[in-house]
Amino acid sequence: MIPLTHYLVLGAVLFSISMVGIFLNRKNVVILLMAIELLLLAVNINFVAFSHYLQDTAGQVFVFFILTVAAAESAIGLAILIVLFRTRRSINVEDLDTLRG
Amino acid sequence: MTFIQFAFYFFAAVLIFAATMVVTIRNPVKAALFLVLAFFSAACVWLTLEAEFLAIVLVLVYVGAVMVLFLFVVMMLNINLERLREGFAEYLPIGGVIAVLMVLELIIVLNAGGFAEEQFPRPEGHAASYSNTKDLGRLLYTFYVYPFELAAIILLVAIVAAITLTLRKRPDTKYINPADQVTVKKEDRLRIVKMPSATSGDRS
Repeated sequence: MIPLTHYLVLGAVLFSISMVGIFLNRKNVVILLMAIELLLLAVNINFVAFSHYLQDTAGQVFVFFILTVAAAESAIGLAILIVLFRTRRSINVEDLDTLRG
Repeated sequence: MTFIQFAFYFFAAVLIFAATMVVTIRNPVKAALFLVLAFFSAACVWLTLEAEFLAIVLVLVYVGAVMVLFLFVVMMLNINLERLREGFAEYLPIGGVIAVLMVLELIIVLNAGGFAEEQFPRPEGHAASYSNTKDLGRLLYTFYVYPFELAAIILLVAIVAAITLTLRKRPDTKYINPADQVTVKKEDRLRIVKMPSATSGDRS
């Protein structure tokens, strides 16, 4: 049968791909948000795997809460993105230097 | 190889392929569609772990709602793709090195023996009468009822924030204030004009 480590390695590989996505698409806010969603998905895979192998449903409850927060985060992030595009006509991260950060 | 093993490795491969395409593809619309594929494969992987309720929730909430939101936003914005791709090749080597290092480190940690099959044997599957939804619901509405209410408040805050951020007043719309409509008086609308009545001879 499938050992637990295979699920954990799948989560680790997915997490790393999303991290590279954040490195590669530093300019594009939309892809950045998508990469963050993938990061949360990788964490959720670990939660579900441990929940099954330990026979404890609490892990799935935590996945439920992570999904809730991730949905709220993406909704607010996309709303901020739309406001940003209206004022600056661009979603390039390089153009967002008003605060001289 | 049993069917469940085949299903797991197949959907894991599709998931990793889709995630790679999301972060490397040029067109944001195609990236959103590959993200749909990634979430769908993840839901299938969760089915092999007997997390049926969460798998369906992932398909409904993510594929059905969040990804449609992403697609709407990507299609509404007129994005200049060429400028957004600047620096892609520049960051590729360092990003790739960091990713490979992270995966190697995690695989070393995971294969160190702490999560070996002896410590975590795969449990027997539940009986056909077992309901994952019932189990999850019982836990959620008793032990985790307070965090559940907090999650509801977070969603409410998200709704209010998203609407207030994107709402804008347009001066050229013919907007009617309902409060003014309700509190209107007779004097505001009705004007009584006194006119001399016609004489009786004109009526014929």
